[in-house]
Amino acid sequence: MTSSSPAAPQGRERRTRDSRVGDKIFMNLARGSGILLLVIMAAIAGFLAWRSGLALSNNQGNFLTTFEWAPDAPKPVFGIPVLVVGTIVSAVIAMAIAVPVAIGIALFISHYAPRRIAQPFAYLVDLLAAVPSIVYGLWGALFLVPHMDGLTSWLNEYLGWTYIFDQTKSGTPRNLFTVGILLAIMVLPIITAVTREVFRQVPRMHEEAALALGATRWEMIRTAVLPFGRPGIISASMLGLGRALGETIAVAVVLSSSNVLSLHILDAGGGTFAQNIALKFAEAGDSGRNALMASGLVLFVITLLVNGAARLIIARRKEYSGANA
Amino acid sequence: MAKRIDVSGLSAFYGTTKAIEDISMSIEPRSVTAFIGPSGCGKSTFLRTLNRMHEVIPNARVEGKVLLDDENLYAANVDPVAVRRSIGMVFQRPNPFPTMSIYDNVIAGLRLAGVKKKSVLDDVVERSLKGANLWNEVHTRLNKPGAGLSGGQQQRLCIARAIAVEPEVLLMDEPCSALDPISTLAIEDLIGELKSQFTIVIVTHNMQQAARVSDRTAFFNLAGVGQPGKLIELDDTQRIFSNPSVQATEDYISGRFG
Repeated sequence: MTSSSPAAPQGRERRTRDSRVGDKIFMNLARGSGILLLVIMAAIAGFLAWRSGLALSNNQGNFLTTFEWAPDAPKPVFGIPVLVVGTIVSAVIAMAIAVPVAIGIALFISHYAPRRIAQPFAYLVDLLAAVPSIVYGLWGALFLVPHMDGLTSWLNEYLGWTYIFDQTKSGTPRNLFTVGILLAIMVLPIITAVTREVFRQVPRMHEEAALALGATRWEMIRTAVLPFGRPGIISASMLGLGRALGETIAVAVVLSSSNVLSLHILDAGGGTFAQNIALKFAEAGDSGRNALMASGLVLFVITLLVNGAARLIIARRKEYSGANA
Repeated sequence: MAKRIDVSGLSAFYGTTKAIEDISMSIEPRSVTAFIGPSGCGKSTFLRTLNRMHEVIPNARVEGKVLLDDENLYAANVDPVAVRRSIGMVFQRPNPFPTMSIYDNVIAGLRLAGVKKKSVLDDVVERSLKGANLWNEVHTRLNKPGAGLSGGQQQRLCIARAIAVEPEVLLMDEPCSALDPISTLAIEDLIGELKSQFTIVIVTHNMQQAARVSDRTAFFNLAGVGQPGKLIELDDTQRIFSNPSVQATEDYISGRFG
């Protein structure tokens, strides 16, 4: 097909030229969209960096070590350690709970449930993703928080020796642990939906290969399904983690924030980047807004780093991905 | 190793559709038995009933008896997982696990059986790959992914994986249909060598292949679309291809079919 015959009919030649024009239009559209995305990203990053610079040059405290957040004071001091720890701890708790549960639900839908149950069940999970986060937040504050006491004191009693589950202050459980559980519920649907699709795409012939070797259903899943789905599980977790790191309003409603840095996750207090911005933005002055943007830039960088790490993990095992099978 | 198979009155269903009807036959140990017949005649379905792989398809079920020596594979107290451990299977398209190295692919069955000792596993890998005529080509890159091999090598890797667990019987479902003639020849030679240790059953669409590799040949046919497949005759390969006792067989192998 590389050399076209000189005797090719006119009509075919015209069609070729037309389709080249279409090609060009489409190529430029695609290229334009790509460039636009880069421009927007650069604009956001540039804006954040500029305002952050202004804020940081006014900061009388140390941005990396100060616990306080008082950027509008006559002598502005503010720092991010409390927010870094709160954001990461609550996201880690959320992932630790959500990822195993999501994999379980996805496997149930893709490999265990009979089809007439699996379909509505999958739909139900997708529906959870459509619930607005303020609704989760209200549910968290009005239902979850009042019902956490039992679990909290149980953890404190039996796992208190681990330091993180040691409850040093009494009070309502508006703590990072409750936030983590709420975030887990919020990210569950997206992780479930993506992993379910990945598990469904495992070629039947690999599953049969495992079964024919004498694998039970669970062994078949361990031998053929989970390894094949591994890159998908990682990508899905990153999507969920992105949402957990950036979740704003639900955290703001549930967490009772403070400037205290503590790894005792059952103690009320702490804060996260997104929640801090949501709480303080309305009342902040110019200096305060710049400071909040500086914290937003940090969250942006953390999210980029996490995604980069995930890509590295996936790329490292590329030749085993099954993409060439 | 190498047991005989006696099938009696076996029918297989997909839901309410009967795919094969009332098949009875004996398969001799340490021999190659080929199944031939037109598409849809149920020869692959029948093959899959021999290691209880048929029933992994939703709503699929089997009636009748399959005796491996004297044990009925369909008796109530028999675990299908155990059956599949003692009867190996090679599929139409090579299906090494894409997420595993060549080494891990070969020992996948042993892993499932709980074998962990490295020296045992090393021995099995070498023996199985040699048995599958693949050792010379891959022994320097056992830790490379199995999916990186050529199609013919992948299929021999799958054979190595199947024989690594030392099964009584080896079932092959059109093992060469996705391969080029040279790879096909390699697999056919291998089948000739393996039959000294295993009972081999092979489904093939290629009648020359059946004539080349098998000792006995079974011809399956169906009366019409939607009708269940039936065994027409089973005889020495020589006889099937020179002087079959049923007219339908002769029509099929001489190309006068349909």
